[in-house]
Amino acid sequence: MSLHIHERPATSPSAITTNGATRPDAASTTTQAVSLHLRGVEKRFGDNQVLRGIDLDIEAGQFVAIVGKSGCGKSTLLRLLVGLDQHTGGEIAFRGEDGNPAKADARIVFQEPRLLPWFNVAKNVAVGLGEGVDKDEARTKALAALWEVHLRNKAEEWPSQLSGGQRQRVALARALVSRPGLLVLDEPLGALDALTRISMQTLIARVWRELGFTAVLVTHDVSEAVHLADRVIVLDEGRISLDLAIPQPHPRKHGDAELAELEGKLLAAILKDR
Amino acid sequence: MALADLTFSRTLKQTNKRIPSFPRLDRAHVLPLVVPVTLIALWQFGSSTGFISDRIMPSPVAVTQAFWSEAASGDLGHNILVSAGRALAGLLVGGTIGFLLGIINGVSKLSEQLTDTTLQMVRTIPHLALIPLVILWFGIGEEAKLFLTSLGVLFPIYLNTYHGVRNVDRDLLEMGRIYGMSRWSLFRKVIFPGALPSIFVGLRYALGIMWLTLIVSESIAASSGLGYMANNAREFMMTDVVVLALVIYALLGKLADVIARRLEGWTLSWNAAYQK
Ligand SMILES: Nc1ncnc2c1ncn2[C@@H]1O[C@H](COP(=O)(O)OP(=O)(O)O)[C@@H](O)[C@H]1O
Ligand SMILES: [Mg+2]
Repeated sequence: MSLHIHERPATSPSAITTNGATRPDAASTTTQAVSLHLRGVEKRFGDNQVLRGIDLDIEAGQFVAIVGKSGCGKSTLLRLLVGLDQHTGGEIAFRGEDGNPAKADARIVFQEPRLLPWFNVAKNVAVGLGEGVDKDEARTKALAALWEVHLRNKAEEWPSQLSGGQRQRVALARALVSRPGLLVLDEPLGALDALTRISMQTLIARVWRELGFTAVLVTHDVSEAVHLADRVIVLDEGRISLDLAIPQPHPRKHGDAELAELEGKLLAAILKDR
Repeated sequence: MALADLTFSRTLKQTNKRIPSFPRLDRAHVLPLVVPVTLIALWQFGSSTGFISDRIMPSPVAVTQAFWSEAASGDLGHNILVSAGRALAGLLVGGTIGFLLGIINGVSKLSEQLTDTTLQMVRTIPHLALIPLVILWFGIGEEAKLFLTSLGVLFPIYLNTYHGVRNVDRDLLEMGRIYGMSRWSLFRKVIFPGALPSIFVGLRYALGIMWLTLIVSESIAASSGLGYMANNAREFMMTDVVVLALVIYALLGKLADVIARRLEGWTLSWNAAYQK
């Protein structure tokens, strides 16, 4: 895959074109972002207590990154947020932008794209719409979501014909096609090479700005966390050990000196007891 | 220089485009035929020089003549149709049962615990060993042949379907759950296509067993079909017809395999391993 960095302002009008196509209307419907409220959240697997009381509030539309050593419970926390596992203590609540309790309709992207190899790209994205959606409508929405991730021209290909980065973009389109209020990403770029990773970061930052969902990203790459997030949380043995705001405006430049300083601070916090 | 190269490569491309409209006789097509053609030539040579006796092995020419006379009388066509019909019926019945059992046991722990051990035990009995019992139960009619063929076909389809379902990528199953797929959708979009490559392996095994069972049961008790034709010819010492029957078995077996492969290539076109 060729390196393709899509830098453009959040406010750009519908004049933008990709592969000669104008932006489809369906892509412009925005999201009802949710806020997250965790109180004393615990999770144990048998005798193994993985999360030991997490208190965390995330505003609607905020981008939060979670970093921490391997095995500290990051994935476990994300699985609780999207309802893939049940917490064993504490409370998790979601509120809409109006402040009222809301359903999360959360989506998750994993390190592996988990595409169905026997469905073409467009049909894979349509899986994200769930059951009982009219076929034509599903296709229109899937194509719009593919347009978002700059893969509109790959709609008819098999996943096996795509590069790793492109597959991950299809997974992202599938997660976003239903316009979720919360998008959770578990090391989504962990398997990609460094250059593809940078262009993917830019892409994630852009769709987040355009669609306005709440984002929670787990990453082992501290510079990625600092580059993307409004706020970085360090998780250590099932507890939050640092909650650091990243005040720099978006979009951010790679190699910014202030960001590098924050990055150093975070690394020190993660590695403190070594 | 660069320009010259460009025009040269373009003319090459254009000529290349035209080549596929001629039948291509490249290595891939010719090599598989070398051994059978040589063997037949040697065989004919051996027969013509009297090195191979007619009574043991008729010559290829004699087998061809037997083909024409059997075909002209209409017997050959009739026998082929009868055998093919039986084979398909057995495949359909046994294949359906094996497929359904494989899916159900792959999906349901309860059903698997209830039936898998039994099935694995029954599987180890060579199904042809049941012939005496089957004749006692059904006599020597169509039911006996249908029963034996179905039974033979059932196990490879069952085992491979079950195996295929159990080995569907857990991450994909979880993905289906995350996106709220119903049980039916999960089956249709994830489990069945995921198991399909393995099911095809089962089908190709089953096709081999299908012919074998049918031929054996037709030689024991039948009044039509290829097995009957071969066995009848043996009684009259017509070695040419016996060999003709063998050749037709080989061709039908090959045909079934080709059809299975085509089906495989068509339904598994998403899979890089099946892409040409
Ligand atoms: N399904 C599970 N059953 C038992 N233990 C689990 C399960 N999932 C995670 N764990 C345990 O929880 C701990 C944290 O895992 P995880 O959240 O995956 O860490 P990471 O921060 O690297 O994502 C590990 O010790 C792991 O063994
Ligand atoms: Mg993890």
